[in-house]
Amino acid sequence: MGHRLFVLACGLALALLTMLSDVVQAEEHKPIRIGFVTFLSGPAAGPFGVPAKLAAEAIVQSLNAGKAPPPYANKGFGGTPLELVVIDEAGGATKQVTEYRNLVERSDVDFVVGYISSGDCLAVAPVAEEMKKLTVLFDCGTPRVFEEASYKYVFRTRPHATMDAVAAALYLLEVRPDVKTYAGINQNYAWGQDSWNDFSAAMSVLKPDAKVTTSQMPKFGAGQYGAEISALIGSRSDVIHSSLWGGDLEAFMLQSVPRALFKDSQLVLVAGEPYLHRLAGNMPDGTIVGARGTHGVFAPDSPLNSWLKEIYKAKADGLNPNYPAYSAAAAFLGLKAAYEKARLAKLSASTPMGSNKGVKEEMEKAYQVGPSQEEIIAAFERLSFDTPSGQMNMNLGKGHQAAAGTAYGVTKLVNGQVTVVNIRRYPADRVQPPEGMSSADWIKSGMKPGK
Amino acid sequence: MSQLPAVVIDGILYASWMFIIAVGLTLIYGVMKILNVAHGSLYALGAYTAATFAGYWLGHGYPAFGSYGVLLIAALVVGLIAGPVIERGLLRFMYGREEIVLVLVTYALFLILEDFTKLLFGVDPILVGAPYALLGNLEMGSLIYPVYSLVLVVVSILVGVALALVLSGTRHGKMLRAVIHDREMSMAVGINVSRVYLVTFTAGAMLAALGGAITAPTTSVQPGIGAEVIVLAFAIVVVGGLGSLGGAALGALIVGLVRSAAVHYQPEVELFSVYVVMALVLIVRPKGLFAAPEARKI
Repeated sequence: MGHRLFVLACGLALALLTMLSDVVQAEEHKPIRIGFVTFLSGPAAGPFGVPAKLAAEAIVQSLNAGKAPPPYANKGFGGTPLELVVIDEAGGATKQVTEYRNLVERSDVDFVVGYISSGDCLAVAPVAEEMKKLTVLFDCGTPRVFEEASYKYVFRTRPHATMDAVAAALYLLEVRPDVKTYAGINQNYAWGQDSWNDFSAAMSVLKPDAKVTTSQMPKFGAGQYGAEISALIGSRSDVIHSSLWGGDLEAFMLQSVPRALFKDSQLVLVAGEPYLHRLAGNMPDGTIVGARGTHGVFAPDSPLNSWLKEIYKAKADGLNPNYPAYSAAAAFLGLKAAYEKARLAKLSASTPMGSNKGVKEEMEKAYQVGPSQEEIIAAFERLSFDTPSGQMNMNLGKGHQAAAGTAYGVTKLVNGQVTVVNIRRYPADRVQPPEGMSSADWIKSGMKPGK
Repeated sequence: MSQLPAVVIDGILYASWMFIIAVGLTLIYGVMKILNVAHGSLYALGAYTAATFAGYWLGHGYPAFGSYGVLLIAALVVGLIAGPVIERGLLRFMYGREEIVLVLVTYALFLILEDFTKLLFGVDPILVGAPYALLGNLEMGSLIYPVYSLVLVVVSILVGVALALVLSGTRHGKMLRAVIHDREMSMAVGINVSRVYLVTFTAGAMLAALGGAITAPTTSVQPGIGAEVIVLAFAIVVVGGLGSLGGAALGALIVGLVRSAAVHYQPEVELFSVYVVMALVLIVRPKGLFAAPEARKI
């Protein structure tokens, strides 16, 4: 009886040990869950949301396989694999706040990366702060996020939209200094209004004698621009500024080119670069185009850029990544850089100089547990990291807002393909306000480069 | 040059485009008393199908002028399939219910069809501009208009005249008007009301799809286009009077001209100018400009 009891006890103990070992192993290999929020439906899905999702999936897959180029060659984040939880951004800010809470509370994600719409970014940022969850805004442009508030848990790994409008004005006046009149056609919501306000404010500083002739603000998704085109033709403006994007931009170009709108007017498309391949035949030569950063044709020739193009093309039937795909890459690589910097700091702290007791245990603990959210945040603030678009510096918004330069060029049709030539680059301090200054004040004060 | 000619031309072009969409909506309401929210989805289905068919046609090097026929065929295909399927498969089970219930049913259908469209055609915008440019341009002073846009004015006039002739001059049209006036009495005198409903809904669906098909070459066909037009189409039929053919025409003209004037003279009020007009009309004529007086049943 005693022998049987002993064997039974030994068996139970062995089973318990095996189970515990499994739990420990499972803990060690538990993936880092990242909630990724992007448009999967609605007008923004095709041009922005889906390319961003494809890029996110391709990047996570490549990082998990350890196939990214240095300095991102480690598998996952510091060896821990990544897992994506993808959520549709459609439905408006109220819905997104609910979805955000679900991601944090029910899906139990470790980080949230997301948001293309500026309205969603403004709505979600305070909730992220309230829920104390590290959140990376990857593509929205409004400068208000960090100019009107201060956050500990929220980061944005792309420059804000002031850069797009200011650089457009700088480029325009460099290639066409004789501008006397200009007009605008922009969508009637935050992005379109901000873009026009920043552009016209920058123009009024850089070229005070140039006059605004008309500012057309059609509804988002209007689709028909007959009257607006007539009004623009009637305005006889030297320049037409537009931040239209997606189907709205395509419809506008389709309807305006046959009507010879650009015969005497120079077109400036702040966000035109991603549509060049679709608009061959409907894109007049000499159109000034930007990509909201050094993305796409403006991206530097680097191993990281080649890597993104390669993994994205494999996911997107051979298409090149557009700027939301570059923005997604910057967010994931920025988060990885911060995570691994925090992890390294933690490992270094666990081996104090001169200590010879408990070093092995402390290092094992540091390896297994990984950095805390607070440690990652500390590592993320004022971080500089490489992306396929060049280097991002988290210099603004108390270290939570990225700053980077941008570029503009003009279109030229070559062998039936729209190419971009005469590319000029602008460093971050020429197109973005310095720390602590709002975009509106900076533009009004003459856009002096920050220190 | 004065902006007035441009205001008038742009207003008429916009009105003719919207009339083709709104007239199907008002026809269905007039006969069936259904405020069909899914009309916008049928427009979108027409646009997507036409863009896909025309893209295939042009992509395979067939004669470019044939693409106009392809657009019409796409509208017919959508109308003849979606119309009967929706009417027989869903709406006929709802007849006799409160109008608000039918609004909710068609709204649910609208949401389903929006997702169905994405499932079928994807989320990328479709661009087929060749038929738009094929007919060339017409210069009017300092302005240039594509002939295609002017052809749409002719098409919308033809659609309006044809509908008016059918309703007033044919036996089927008279039966349809009888159903509009009194459904129960029509049944009592032997009119097959169920069939009239089927034909009416199918015709309305075809008009919505036709609106989408002829719009497809002028724009980028993308998710959400149905929602954009249905709101404007509602404004037009409400201004003109729900169920009135002449009302839809006048409503489209008023909305087109007001919007055009706003764009030319006060662009910042363009977005709500249409709804200001709608509100003003409803204050003066709560049932719309052309609404027939309602007979009181005792």
